[in-house]
Amino acid sequence: MYEDFEKAGGGRLSFINLKDKVIQAKVVYYGPGRCGKTTNLEYIFEKCRHQVNSEMVTVKTQGDRTLFFDFFPLDMGKIGGFDVKIQLYTVPGQVKYDSTRRLVLKGVDGVVFVADSAVDRREKNIISLQNLEENLKLYRKDIHDIPLVIQYNKRDIVKEGIEILDIETLEHDLNADLKVPAFEASAVEGDNVVVTLKTIISLTMASLQKQLKREQ
Amino acid sequence: MILGREQLDKIHNILSENLIGSGFRSVMLIDTGGNVIASISNPDETLDLYSLAALAAANFGAMSCMARIIGEDKFSLLFHKGEKDNIYFCEVNEELLLVNIFSNQSSLGFLRMKMARVIEELLGMLT
Repeated sequence: MYEDFEKAGGGRLSFINLKDKVIQAKVVYYGPGRCGKTTNLEYIFEKCRHQVNSEMVTVKTQGDRTLFFDFFPLDMGKIGGFDVKIQLYTVPGQVKYDSTRRLVLKGVDGVVFVADSAVDRREKNIISLQNLEENLKLYRKDIHDIPLVIQYNKRDIVKEGIEILDIETLEHDLNADLKVPAFEASAVEGDNVVVTLKTIISLTMASLQKQLKREQ
Repeated sequence: MILGREQLDKIHNILSENLIGSGFRSVMLIDTGGNVIASISNPDETLDLYSLAALAAANFGAMSCMARIIGEDKFSLLFHKGEKDNIYFCEVNEELLLVNIFSNQSSLGFLRMKMARVIEELLGMLT
């Protein structure tokens, strides 16, 4: 099955329309189950409603867990003369949905890895990041090259008496090798959700600009 | 994927010449990552094409995985029937899909014939 993903041209990047000067780029929120990927998108959707010309699409199970993905397109207005539309997606975090995670990653331009700060989720974060690396390889993408931002989510749960991992531990576990921008956040309260988004958009656009220059 | 003015004009012309006036609500050329490459719709159409493209690409991808599980290489076309409107998907090549939304007033046979011609012309243009 791995060869099929490669054969399907998954390594290609976003769609750039030189006629109407439109760029569609795909940013995917990745991470273990219940880490807050959907909550990030819900917050952005509410906060940026004026930049979204559609409803948020969610394909979820009856138990309210993401089954396939959440999605909405975010209009960024003009950047460098191009109308930029960022297609925001989440993946299903549960281990059993790996094949659907791979499908959502197809054509991805930028990734936000959402980590769960709870102490008992430490291993799940590490496994999910490894899974991201493996799934990107199917599309001939290297986790070290793709625009990537890490978000240490759920910093607020400490207020409920739940023990959280310190940032040094999270950085050591997840970012020692990657050394990408990382933010402490609370998607439920909206802390640093927009900063995370702005950073991944800016990294993704810089990467697309390089690609555009190469192609021209 | 980067497409220039000339290629996009040609794609638009192929869709328009073959499908406008054929009784279809909307036709989209999308890539398998869920991006809208080109679309034509009735003037009063209000479909959310971006969401539709994301779901259509995912649906096609899921169906391709199912095909492999049962020993098929792929399902090259999909058809969903509604009470009033229907969706017909078909593969143009490994990267592109054609999605057509049409009402029960249009015949499926006619649609398939038209779509086959569109695919032939698109492939001729893209190769």
